[in-house]
Amino acid sequence: MNMLKKIWQILKTPTSAAVGFVIALGFVGGVVFWGGFNTTLELTNTEEFCIGCHEMGDNVYQEYKETIHYANRSGVRATCPDCHVPKDWTHKIIRKIAASKEVWGKMTGIIDTREKFQDHRKSMAMREWKRMKDNDSRECRNCHNFEYMDFSEQGSRSVKMHSTALASGEKTCIDCHKGIAHELPDMEGVEGWH
Amino acid sequence: MKKLITGLVLLGVVATAVAQKDDSSNDALLSNGGIESLRGKAQLSETRESDKMKRVLKDREVVERNYVHQPPVIPHQIRGYKVDLNSNKCLSCHGWKYAKEVGATKVSPTHFETRDGMTLSDISPRRYFCSQCHVPQVDAKPLVKNEFRAVESLSHK
Repeated sequence: MNMLKKIWQILKTPTSAAVGFVIALGFVGGVVFWGGFNTTLELTNTEEFCIGCHEMGDNVYQEYKETIHYANRSGVRATCPDCHVPKDWTHKIIRKIAASKEVWGKMTGIIDTREKFQDHRKSMAMREWKRMKDNDSRECRNCHNFEYMDFSEQGSRSVKMHSTALASGEKTCIDCHKGIAHELPDMEGVEGWH
Repeated sequence: MKKLITGLVLLGVVATAVAQKDDSSNDALLSNGGIESLRGKAQLSETRESDKMKRVLKDREVVERNYVHQPPVIPHQIRGYKVDLNSNKCLSCHGWKYAKEVGATKVSPTHFETRDGMTLSDISPRRYFCSQCHVPQVDAKPLVKNEFRAVESLSHK
């Protein structure tokens, strides 16, 4: 008992130099770890990383290259992570953890041929549509902010939809804008499609 | 007189020979003879500079038809609208299910018929590919002068 008390006493009264050292070490270690972690995380948030595997590079990336988010008059682009990875940290981490399933998919080669990709296209698309529907098309709205839409600059068909269904919150971007960056799967049974 | 005729014939022969000699070069064969066509004055052998791309017109009112049974032209942009085995973007508005809500023109019932005149319950496969007949309009002037006018009964008033 006395022994325990002694050890406790030593732990309770460290020299001030040691305290400073431990705190400094913790601080520096924290900075290094956090910096390293975030840098690596952001490295996986680039187009080059995404199309690094042929599943993405040969399928969805090729399709995306024909669309307005790849090439347009002003040269502003939305790359893979702009639409598929949330911007704010909490949601980004949740999405990144969920994406570990995709690493498993890559290892097992679930979509490693064009045919396999086509077979899975619908389930993959539905999953992404659901994600966007559930978060009210958050990633679209990172750039396309409803508050600043100028209806006088939009076509009459766009105004008709945006000023009613979108404004009231009844519909969200992805409800109508499906297949704007990639080929569509068989749309049989999908709402709003023939 | 005889001399004159002989001289003329000789001249003709020489001229033809010279002309033939000219024709033997590749350029002459490919020459358009100085005629200006829709392609411009360019020689057949040369690749001329392409025309500027025309811009597809943005949303407009329904465009009048010029004759009965003319497939109506598309008065809006259709960039990125896919029509294939998997999906048909046009029908998301022009299909009967959605047309009223959206305020779009309904697909004509003739599109439900097979070539034997049998009416199907949905768009007939032979009429499924919209842009085979319906096309958007660009801001281009007519290439040649045209005074064609639609018959009175078809013009919107």
